[in-house]
Amino acid sequence: MLTAGRAQIALWLAWPSIALVGTVAIPFLLLLRISLAAPDPSGLWKSVLTLDAYGALLNREFAGALLYSLGVALLVATITVALGFPLTYLITRMKRRPQVVWLVFLLVSLSLSDVLNAFSWQLLLSKRGGLTGLLVLLGIMSRPESLTPSNGAVWASLVYGILPFTVMTLYPSLSQLAPEVVEAARTLGASPLRAFRTVVIPMTRQPILAAFVISTVVTLGAYVSPLVLGRPQSWTLAVLIGNAALAGHDVPRAAAMSVCLLGAVGLLGAATVWITRQRPAR
Amino acid sequence: MIARAVRWLFLALIATFLAAPLLVVTGVSFNGTARMSFPPAHPGLLWYGTFFADKGWMAAFTLSLGVATGAALVAISLAFPIAYVSWRYRSRAARWLETLARLSFVLPLVVLAIAFLIFWSALGHVGRIENTILSHAVVFVSLPLATIALGFRSVDPALVEAARTLGARDEDVLRTVLRPIVLPYVVSGTVFVFILSLNEYIIAYLVAGFEVETLPIKVFNNLRMGFQPTMCVGAVLFMAVGILAFSLVAASGDLPKLLGGRAR
Repeated sequence: MLTAGRAQIALWLAWPSIALVGTVAIPFLLLLRISLAAPDPSGLWKSVLTLDAYGALLNREFAGALLYSLGVALLVATITVALGFPLTYLITRMKRRPQVVWLVFLLVSLSLSDVLNAFSWQLLLSKRGGLTGLLVLLGIMSRPESLTPSNGAVWASLVYGILPFTVMTLYPSLSQLAPEVVEAARTLGASPLRAFRTVVIPMTRQPILAAFVISTVVTLGAYVSPLVLGRPQSWTLAVLIGNAALAGHDVPRAAAMSVCLLGAVGLLGAATVWITRQRPAR
Repeated sequence: MIARAVRWLFLALIATFLAAPLLVVTGVSFNGTARMSFPPAHPGLLWYGTFFADKGWMAAFTLSLGVATGAALVAISLAFPIAYVSWRYRSRAARWLETLARLSFVLPLVVLAIAFLIFWSALGHVGRIENTILSHAVVFVSLPLATIALGFRSVDPALVEAARTLGARDEDVLRTVLRPIVLPYVVSGTVFVFILSLNEYIIAYLVAGFEVETLPIKVFNNLRMGFQPTMCVGAVLFMAVGILAFSLVAASGDLPKLLGGRAR
């Protein structure tokens, strides 16, 4: 019986194992390997073993870019969680039909391509994109001028792309939260805001942290928005990685930067686990 | 009263923020001239005609649909067995694979793109459509994995036990008891992968972007060469596909439950 079960398992899992080990685990090992190779101007890399690619990152410029990217990611994650948490909460308390409409709306913007997202913001913030005209009409701007490239444009586009992810991460736990708990707090005289602050938020600490980490990681991987909407000095590490591989033809450098970014993500994850352990949810 | 007004205002502001770029792109696509202005000047369908008559744009559009379909099918072929075995046998191997599949979704996309670029180059298999399809499938596999696992978790164990008592073998249980319950979750997982693959840019570009020019890649390439309202037509088509696909999922099933929320 046991062996029959084993045979069944092996049969079912054969294809997924081959595919996932082959196309996820192996590419990552290769990434590590190539970060230790040398660039090849006529090809992609030379199969030597060297730390040159990492050595070239030991400068103030790269450290600055890494810190800047982390800063942007943490900022965007803070904004998306601060907006996404109340938004998700309100959505889960809606009646079924408006709730479904909101979810479809969020799923559509979640799946909107990075390229189309950046392009849309570029249009919206352009001289003839409507928003500037509105600002002139309101007397906030004196004459229509393009609002890109700018940091604000990058942040808006990033928040736009990541907010739906935040909501989708928070949705299951907030939706499962028993309405009786909030009702009880209200019956005992708490205002809606107070009930939200003292009951809902403490009960969903873990999902909030999870949403925060996911939003940070997704922002760290964003390539198109900072590239299209930002100035070169506000390019994040993702842009530098992509450009090293594409324009610079320096794949080992791109791989080494990727490994550093992974290290930062790993530290972030470890810090989150540590924080959750320190103060377990009551 | 005040609480209500604040809530309403908050939702209205978020809705405006989420809708504004989509509205502007849609508006610009209806321009009657080559200017990218909003509100559109001399509104008309000029650029829709241009888009559908242009071989390049249509090729990119159909290619995107093909890649997305392939990626969705491959992702399901990976996710279903893992979710089933994990549920049926509580297998440790399945849990390992689940972790591996999740990993690829929680890592920065650009890092994955570089890893795939190196992988396909090392294989000497460059610029093929399979690269894009397989890479998308394994990156997005965690979504159908999550939805299908939800589906199996929603199965009442008593149903399965009853079928077994009546002499049903595993295959019979799978076909008669599980299929109708889990199918909506499989469908929604497929739709997720399809739509995300359709829209994904950086991986598609790095693994085969020069040969396999999907619509996001074409739009991106056009961004550098100067704007044309045809790009907006492509964007509008993509939004329409997304709205259509997710509305169908919502209409045919319990969307809140499919997303892990409370059932109806």
